[in-house]
Amino acid sequence: MEHVALLAATLCYLFSFGHTLFALGANRFRPGRFNFIAMSLGAAAQGWYLSMRGAVEHSCPIGNLSETLIFLAWSIALIYLVIGPAYRLSLMGAFTAPLVLLLQILALLLPETTPASFFRPNPWVETHAALSLVAYGAFGLACVAGLMFLVQEGQLKSRHPAPIFHHLPPISILSEAILRLLWIGLLGLTISFAAGLLAHLAVAGGKFWFSLLIWLLYAAILTGAKLGALTGRRFAIAASAAFLIALLLLPVIQHLSARASS
Amino acid sequence: MNILCAGLNHRTAHLDVRERFAVRESEMTEMLVRLRGIEGVSGAVMLSTCNRVELYASALCPLRALDGFRFLLSQKAGLEAPLYHHANPQAIRHLFRVASGLDSMVIGETEILGQVKKAYSVAAEAGAATRPLHRLFQHAFRVAKSVRSETQITSGPTSVGSVAVELAGKIFGSLEGRRVMILGAGAVSERTARSLQSRGVRSVIVSNRTYERAAELAAEIGGMALHFDHWEKAFSDIDILISSTNAPHLILTPEKLSPLMKLRKGKPLFVIDLAVPRDADVAINSIDGVFLYDIGSLEQIASQSLDIRRKEVDRCESLIDEHVGGFLTWMRKTHWTEEPQRNF
Repeated sequence: MEHVALLAATLCYLFSFGHTLFALGANRFRPGRFNFIAMSLGAAAQGWYLSMRGAVEHSCPIGNLSETLIFLAWSIALIYLVIGPAYRLSLMGAFTAPLVLLLQILALLLPETTPASFFRPNPWVETHAALSLVAYGAFGLACVAGLMFLVQEGQLKSRHPAPIFHHLPPISILSEAILRLLWIGLLGLTISFAAGLLAHLAVAGGKFWFSLLIWLLYAAILTGAKLGALTGRRFAIAASAAFLIALLLLPVIQHLSARASS
Repeated sequence: MNILCAGLNHRTAHLDVRERFAVRESEMTEMLVRLRGIEGVSGAVMLSTCNRVELYASALCPLRALDGFRFLLSQKAGLEAPLYHHANPQAIRHLFRVASGLDSMVIGETEILGQVKKAYSVAAEAGAATRPLHRLFQHAFRVAKSVRSETQITSGPTSVGSVAVELAGKIFGSLEGRRVMILGAGAVSERTARSLQSRGVRSVIVSNRTYERAAELAAEIGGMALHFDHWEKAFSDIDILISSTNAPHLILTPEKLSPLMKLRKGKPLFVIDLAVPRDADVAINSIDGVFLYDIGSLEQIASQSLDIRRKEVDRCESLIDEHVGGFLTWMRKTHWTEEPQRNF
């Protein structure tokens, strides 16, 4: 059943992405419910998979990199389902779907490993890890909004906008969405660190320093934005690049966490 | 029973002619009463806009109804009415095309649907709309909705003013409370500023070499006049700059704008250069946060939108054909129709 859930989620995201690509290619795109429904079903299927894994492991199902990536993809999809309609960010689903799909496919391609059981002794560790991934989800969506900003800004600068321009949201709205998502992410990461302290996790070692590096990176971006030093295009690039760095560091942090627990 | 459509529009009659046949709102009820007085006419809906004057009638003999309508219009205008006419199914198709904006001067414009709805509502209130006309117009509204949602016929803006409004919307989101500065009080910049005002822009600053002209335009559009030598002082507060001076040299250069942009703390600036020769150096478009559009690029976007709309016409016509078929089927089922008259 776990495989069925994963396959269903993958197909939903694939449909969402494919449908938008086809509609845009045929110049027949209309903001509608299809993307939202497909993403909702995808997130529901992922949630089903994660709940099954959680029941098996008796803890938050992020014991190996594959589960971590699926949990992250699920977080991104869930945050999109909340943020997308609230901001009326047309096409955000189309930009989110490939990222979620990519994470999902990566998770499926990874060799199966036995999940580490580093949560069982302490629920604060579980809270720490889960909140970190939710924060990553917010950063992921900020990256998506950043990419949308760059596409739309490029369209505006070109002075010969392509049809996609009419469907993308205004850059001011995207900028605002990036800012709020980064704040949500940073807040989540901060609470996650606090939970880590309550769990008496080691304030040393590679995992700690890498995590702190990500926190500092996002704090620096938000400070730059607050001071007016990082605005518009540079802000969008920073939000997108920071997530790429965070995503590259995720397997390292996952590996160091698993090693520390064994 | 037949559906008759007869009238004149922007393609068949010049504005000078159309305005003589136009029926004002205050005259409409009386006109409907007179139309229903024509022998064989059971119901009538009359559409009178700046681009068309049309009658939709349910009539036993369309030819007689047409003669009666021609007589009424000619009597009103004092000249022979150059009418086109259709009986069903062409009359039905014509109304569906009109309601969908396919018969409009600017293809795909949506204002016409509101005008058709208004004409129908006036006729319904006056008791001039019969059952087939009720059904026909309700169906026309559904067709218009379907054409709009299933095709790109309303895609993109089609005038310089509406392009400017859409671009501003794509930069700032809502235009509510945005501030505009007009450099050079030209007619095009005035129209563009008015388009922006219609979307929520509240504050307009007008700066012109002749202060009196700036004050005059500012008074007309409810803005504020500023001496031309001082326009840079208000720069950090504005969001949109419309430039249309007669200056022989460039007014907006990277050297001038770059330091001013630093004062704006990252706020984007939309520069609309309507001047010929241009007021803005194209290099300012590469400054972070500056979006420059000149009259050429605005016109090109409007033209692209019209191209997209034109390409969609065939799809719209197919949709309309399906609906015409559906309506004719309903007419046959309810015995509201006879074979179209061959001599009409």
